[in-house]
Amino acid sequence: MGVGTVWVHVEPAPGGVASISLELLAAARRFGERVEAVCAGGDRDALSAAVGEHGASALRYLELPDEALVGPALAASLAAAVGGSDDPPAAILAATTYDGRDVAGRLSARLDVPVITNVTELAVSDGALVGIEPIFGGTTNVHTRFTAAGGPQVFLIRPKSFQATPTGGPPAQAAELPAADCGASGAARVVGRHAEESTGPKLDEAAVVVSGGRGLGEAGKYEMIEQVAGLLRGAAGASRAIVDAGWVPYSQQVGQTGKVVKPDVYIACGISGATQHLVGMKNSRNIVAVNKDPEAPIFGVADLGIVGDVHKVLPRLIEALQSRD
Amino acid sequence: MRIAVCVKQIPDPANPGRLDPDTNALVRDEKLILDESDSYGVEMALQMAEATEGEVVVVSMAPNESFGGLRTALAMGADRAILVSDEALAGSDALGTAKVLAAAMRRAEPDLILTATESTDGYTGTVPAQIAELLDLPAVTFAKSVSLGDGEVTVQRQTETGYDEVVCPLPAVLSVTAGVVEPRYPSFKGIMAAKNKPADRLGIAELGIDAGQVGWTGARQEIVEVAPVPAREAGEIVTDDGSGHERIVAFLEELKIL
Repeated sequence: MGVGTVWVHVEPAPGGVASISLELLAAARRFGERVEAVCAGGDRDALSAAVGEHGASALRYLELPDEALVGPALAASLAAAVGGSDDPPAAILAATTYDGRDVAGRLSARLDVPVITNVTELAVSDGALVGIEPIFGGTTNVHTRFTAAGGPQVFLIRPKSFQATPTGGPPAQAAELPAADCGASGAARVVGRHAEESTGPKLDEAAVVVSGGRGLGEAGKYEMIEQVAGLLRGAAGASRAIVDAGWVPYSQQVGQTGKVVKPDVYIACGISGATQHLVGMKNSRNIVAVNKDPEAPIFGVADLGIVGDVHKVLPRLIEALQSRD
Repeated sequence: MRIAVCVKQIPDPANPGRLDPDTNALVRDEKLILDESDSYGVEMALQMAEATEGEVVVVSMAPNESFGGLRTALAMGADRAILVSDEALAGSDALGTAKVLAAAMRRAEPDLILTATESTDGYTGTVPAQIAELLDLPAVTFAKSVSLGDGEVTVQRQTETGYDEVVCPLPAVLSVTAGVVEPRYPSFKGIMAAKNKPADRLGIAELGIDAGQVGWTGARQEIVEVAPVPAREAGEIVTDDGSGHERIVAFLEELKIL
């Protein structure tokens, strides 16, 4: 059942569009009679081809100066486009990413419309979109819908909630999204971009994720996690506790705050399984947990749980994996 | 320099959360504590204030008179606290919260506004950008390193692939990630001193906010269903007798990972 036109904030990535944006297009196609992509910066032709292949009929493209942050520039331009459009969108979808939250937050304030956040599923009820969000570590789902008429309904979608599926469509018709003046809010300037060296697969794309938590005892022991991840050609993740403690950078955090992962195998080492963590990994296809506390909530979601000391189990596991190479 | 830190007072995340069966709002009637995510912003503000002989104001919004979390921030060293507390705020969404905090900022007139990237309980992650937009200020969200310059800050902003270096003129809003600085523990002296620090309690009328802009009415959304998620099927739990690693290897072989 259609709800009208849906705009999807897509994010550029090297060579085209970010995978999360394709997930959002798949979500939008289920409900939108017409799906249009909006984007700030990136390779316009590559974006147009990629979003067209995933069902968008149009691409509204904002030229973004090298120095500009996406959030204020795109939010101001989108707000102007919504106001001036003869086919204003019924809904706007953005992703729970660094830029997606900036765009949705600023757009919401500019248009004075609320945002439904952390959506992992969408449904239609009485002709209106309903956002479904997990709370309490994903043990409960809350279904929320907007009550006010007028203004687009803005949803922030969590990564890995929808399956990207190409439609094989032609390149989306690209049109310039006119830049609106964002005044003082656009005064921050990007003066350098740094890609962090990473040897293995990306955390949110890896088939195997090995994560460590407070049970490791000290920062130096995180090396064991990286070693196991390396041997399994996977990525190393972390619980919030050890990110907060400064042992590993925020970019490796798995959970409610941080990355959502859905690998073939997730191996949680010395992680108790606070709701904060579970929400980021409980939909992994297979879960292995190693923890010395048999009561740890992580065992509630584990397919294989080893009640034991990570300082004993991991060195043996590393040795066993090394001996296979 | 005056630095304002927006902090949230939340139920202890270690306790199981629950929803009010009538309103479906998170029950927040127990003692509220400072969201740990906010301790980084408080610490950063204290360090900046120490370097500039500045002032740290902590600001929080709550539907009741909760003050416990603000008291912790004062005990860490913040100079004064503003609590916006009003029955009309119950049920406020992120935008309603941002409107209240933005109004409090107009009154406090800080040079810099610090927040966490998101709260632990509500975790919308939109409030920092909303506050900035309402105040027509630049913002750098997901700051993982911040250095204070003359009338500007230089920030390393987390990105999907690494980080961007961003220079931002003040006043501005920064949301800081966990681990950006190491928060201090309140000292005994700090805890005692906190009791005598200025703390303002404001209602929404004093901030010039109409009740229709906040609370359930302002949120303009309704919860139509609350549904338990089917639990994952229980797996096999074994106690390590020295061969636990072999079980993992066998499991990975079964899945053809090895």
